[in-house]
Amino acid sequence: MELNSRIPDGPIEKKWDNHKFDLKLVNPANKRKYKVLVVGSGLAGGAAAASLAELGYEVECFCYQDSPRRAHSIAAQGGINAAKNYHNDGDSVRRLFYDTVKGGDFRAREANVHRLAEVSNNIIDQCVGQGVPFAREYGGLLDNRSFGGAQVSRTFYARGQTGQQLLLGAYQALQRQVGLGTVKMFARHEMHELIVVDGVAKGIVTRDMVTGEIKSHLADAVCLATGGYGNTMYLATYAKGCNGTAIWRAHKKGAAFANPCFTQIHPTCIPVTGDHQSKLTLMSESLRNDGRIWVPKKKEDCGKPASQIPEDDRDYYLERKYPSYGNLAPRDIASRAAKQVCDDGRGIGETGLGVYLDFDAAIKRLGANKIEEKYGNLFEMYERITDENPYKTPMRIFPATHYTMGGLWVDYNLMSTIPGLFVLGEANFSDHGANRLGASALMQGLADGYFVIPYTIGGYLAGIKPGSRIKAEDPAVKAAEQYVSDRVAKLFAINGKETPTHFHRELGKVMWEFCGMGRNEAGLKKALQLIPQIREEFWKNLRIPGSGADVNQSLELAGRVADFLEIGELMCLDALERRESCGGHFREEWQTEEGEALRDDENFCHVAAWEHKGEGQTPVRHVEPLSFENVHLATRSYK
Amino acid sequence: MSVAEQSIAGAEARGHGFLASSVGRKVIMAATGIVLFGFVTVHMIGNTQAYLGAEGFNGYAKFLHTMLHGAGIWIFRAVLISAAGLHVWAATTLTMDNLAARPVGYRAQQNVASTWASRTMRWSGVILAAFIVYHLLHLTTGTVHPNFDHTNPYANFVSGFKVPAVAGFYIVAQLCLGLHMWHGVWSFSQSLGLSHPRYDGLRRGFAYGLTFLVVGVNITYPIAVLTGFIH
Amino acid sequence: MAKHFNLTLHVWRQKNAKCDGKFVEYPAENISPDMSFLEMLDVVNEGLIRKGEEPIAFDHDCREGICGTCGMVVNGRPHGPKERTTTCQLHMRSFKDGDNITLEPWRAEAFPVLKDLMVDRGAFDRIIAAGGFISAPTGSPQDANALPIPKENADLAMDAAACIGCAACVAACPNASAMLFVSAKISQLALLPQGQPERYLRVRDMIAQMDAEEFGTCTNHGECETACPKGIKMENIARMNRDFIKASLTYRPATIGGGAG
Repeated sequence: MELNSRIPDGPIEKKWDNHKFDLKLVNPANKRKYKVLVVGSGLAGGAAAASLAELGYEVECFCYQDSPRRAHSIAAQGGINAAKNYHNDGDSVRRLFYDTVKGGDFRAREANVHRLAEVSNNIIDQCVGQGVPFAREYGGLLDNRSFGGAQVSRTFYARGQTGQQLLLGAYQALQRQVGLGTVKMFARHEMHELIVVDGVAKGIVTRDMVTGEIKSHLADAVCLATGGYGNTMYLATYAKGCNGTAIWRAHKKGAAFANPCFTQIHPTCIPVTGDHQSKLTLMSESLRNDGRIWVPKKKEDCGKPASQIPEDDRDYYLERKYPSYGNLAPRDIASRAAKQVCDDGRGIGETGLGVYLDFDAAIKRLGANKIEEKYGNLFEMYERITDENPYKTPMRIFPATHYTMGGLWVDYNLMSTIPGLFVLGEANFSDHGANRLGASALMQGLADGYFVIPYTIGGYLAGIKPGSRIKAEDPAVKAAEQYVSDRVAKLFAINGKETPTHFHRELGKVMWEFCGMGRNEAGLKKALQLIPQIREEFWKNLRIPGSGADVNQSLELAGRVADFLEIGELMCLDALERRESCGGHFREEWQTEEGEALRDDENFCHVAAWEHKGEGQTPVRHVEPLSFENVHLATRSYK
Repeated sequence: MSVAEQSIAGAEARGHGFLASSVGRKVIMAATGIVLFGFVTVHMIGNTQAYLGAEGFNGYAKFLHTMLHGAGIWIFRAVLISAAGLHVWAATTLTMDNLAARPVGYRAQQNVASTWASRTMRWSGVILAAFIVYHLLHLTTGTVHPNFDHTNPYANFVSGFKVPAVAGFYIVAQLCLGLHMWHGVWSFSQSLGLSHPRYDGLRRGFAYGLTFLVVGVNITYPIAVLTGFIH
Repeated sequence: MAKHFNLTLHVWRQKNAKCDGKFVEYPAENISPDMSFLEMLDVVNEGLIRKGEEPIAFDHDCREGICGTCGMVVNGRPHGPKERTTTCQLHMRSFKDGDNITLEPWRAEAFPVLKDLMVDRGAFDRIIAAGGFISAPTGSPQDANALPIPKENADLAMDAAACIGCAACVAACPNASAMLFVSAKISQLALLPQGQPERYLRVRDMIAQMDAEEFGTCTNHGECETACPKGIKMENIARMNRDFIKASLTYRPATIGGGAG
């Protein structure tokens, strides 16, 4: 397998400009002759489908939800970064680029990140133009706030619902095209297979989740924008339906999977209450702007109510360890610090797995009204879930799986190792390295969808003849359809005793324990033994009632869990092979004396891209070396 | 259309006229409602002449019949009949639409914000329509009045309400009018888009005040006749 | 640890859009007050699957109250008894041991039941497609700060934009009207300068599509506002009506030679 990143030549500031000029264009009259499939309707998929249709391509868009407006991008709370420098505080494209490369712990591609920083400003313009109601100041201009890991105010936000508003903007643009007839929307459709002919992506096979119909859709290019695979961990801040099926099918058809072990554990989530827990809820990182994180200094204080622990007996550990960033330290660092104090026996709450996020000082300083204005909806949400009033008692928080930086390998054009298959947003691997900074996911999803793919896909399509799509009778199409219906039949045929959720939960426990915030060789090897056992049990003892010809949520879940059981294994394998600590990937064997991540730039300054070699075969690890010419490799310091 | 595949006939949708649209008919409802509420208010004020005795009341009736050389009352009647007709038409078609919009109901629907008045608009409306017909046959044409005298409206008024059943029906009808106004006077401003948080309290207050005034005064007539206060 | 308790569910079961449905009773045992309502249903469903019975189908996704996917009528109230709360954010501490809970799908002609508690809300997408947008093709807008927007308007637009499209308003409305949903989008865009060029076209188009979907009409009961998990106000309906009246009074047919587009 060849990993050609196709990074354009020239100085970093000129690469994207030059590349846009070098890309071939498709004749406007020819555009409608090309058909593009977009799988996923979140920020990346929705934006791509709308933008490609605006350009004149024939677009079909698919989502498993009942409406494209429900993609999980909607749940992002905090904000979106852009280098507008509206606040005159020294921000610039270069600084956003620098912060993102550094935040990613030097495991992202410089050229991609620079492009991301460049288009960040266009995104804000675009969204405002669509009617996204960003927060404004009294003068009518846009407001900004600072966000985890940045020392400038570059985060644009719409209350605590930024993801929702950006998604609705993209959704409305998409629905406009649906109304104009240029996009055909398939809601409640799940992609189950990629159709590849002579090594080139030519279409997909979907299952209609209402009628059970298995159908192929043929096109000139396929874009996957299906989000991350973090639900492999079972408990995560992802929506229940988020899954890795589409990218896993593509991986099995030849798309390399890059850095699968790079998962982000978000530091501020509501702690688990019991075995019934079905998902974890995030509390926006923006809360860390005004909230102070602490645990008791003494173990014996952990059982006491927070109000009875005097100021001197509190350990504001982030402020203590990272004085210059304090509570705003990047996510991987804040999460790991929380784990450390809990491992130390100083966690709070019934389970001992929690730390306080305290607003007392901010309420005293700014007044409860100001705090309510800024975070009212988040406080309400917290109270609804926990039955505790965060204005009076500190919030209890704990880290939870939140995002996957890893994903399908793509080149500078966002094309995977399968020609014709493009991967956008969280589903690809390219921009965040080993740790994603707050407010960067929305930026990347929209950058890919609005401002990258519309250019780069043209360069690909210009190279193929209009009307050269394969026919429905093609044996590859028939084989793909057969594969999907066989798999559905196989799942029903097991007819065992256990529910799909049972296996998902089992997998999650293994993943969280051995491939979560802290990883080590022994644990990962153990996980690599346990996961195949769970998988074997799954294929022996699964039960799915009902039929495949109606809505069948157990069948949907079972199909996803079957894939998680394979993805989890690859995540552990990748974590085992990456013998260094970087960003969210913390190998306990590689840490400094102070417990900070210890990178090994000599041996691991690269992207690990895994190639599928067939069922039961060990995948092969390929390497794309990373070079840092503009941001010099350095140990991250947030002290 | 398949459930999952969406498409939209935007161009066709644009051909939708004002009167065919739901909101358009709501506006008609509201506008004609204002005319009708305005009428009942004026009617209530005019009828206070009853407390001035036969001379005052009959003089008022004569004024109504002779203003603008007799054309005035017909203009009034034409406006009222059109308003009532449009009101009933809009109400009927909207009600049919609303019933069709939920063919299968809930086993256990809880009403939280709606009021008894708002939920019974169609019934109070039907009773009012029946009452208006009766009222016209009773005191305007005299068709159902046992001893009607075209020249003496005051006598018709007094002898009409002397019958307890008739007075009772008038009172029930006034209570229905009250219910209809309780919701309707507030509702029309909403339908016409007259809403602002600063004046919303005022809107409610106006609705309730007007309702109490009109219904309260109207109810005194049958009671005054029955108790012999007016004779 | 709070005490666990038992409940009885009366659930609408319907195989698909073509079949008739009926209520079926299920016990829900050993329920923790910390569970969310959907987690309670998960427990019941896992029990059903183990018995080889089909689990209760219900729509859900983010389970944090923002995607708008979940929704069922709980004891006669959309999303259950707590105000400003989606079903997924409703917690079992709102119930007590021995409670009977009736679960029904959203009921509206425009929302066919797909299975059990799951309905098709595609009508909402079609209404947005008819005009619930600002036509701003990618790459065309000017600088984001070029048009200052008074904070009050930006805030009001955000209030309206908070709608999650769950359709509880339709479910709660005695007339199954969608006016709260439609007016929220119309209001949001009408309050922003970017929304002005299409303002009056938008209100006509969206209302026409709303009517074509066979929703009922608003009779100002206010049930929608109470059921709305995001606190969308009826003031938006008034604003929509105002715009519709103006749009209808000033509407002129497209002129010949008015240019393509």
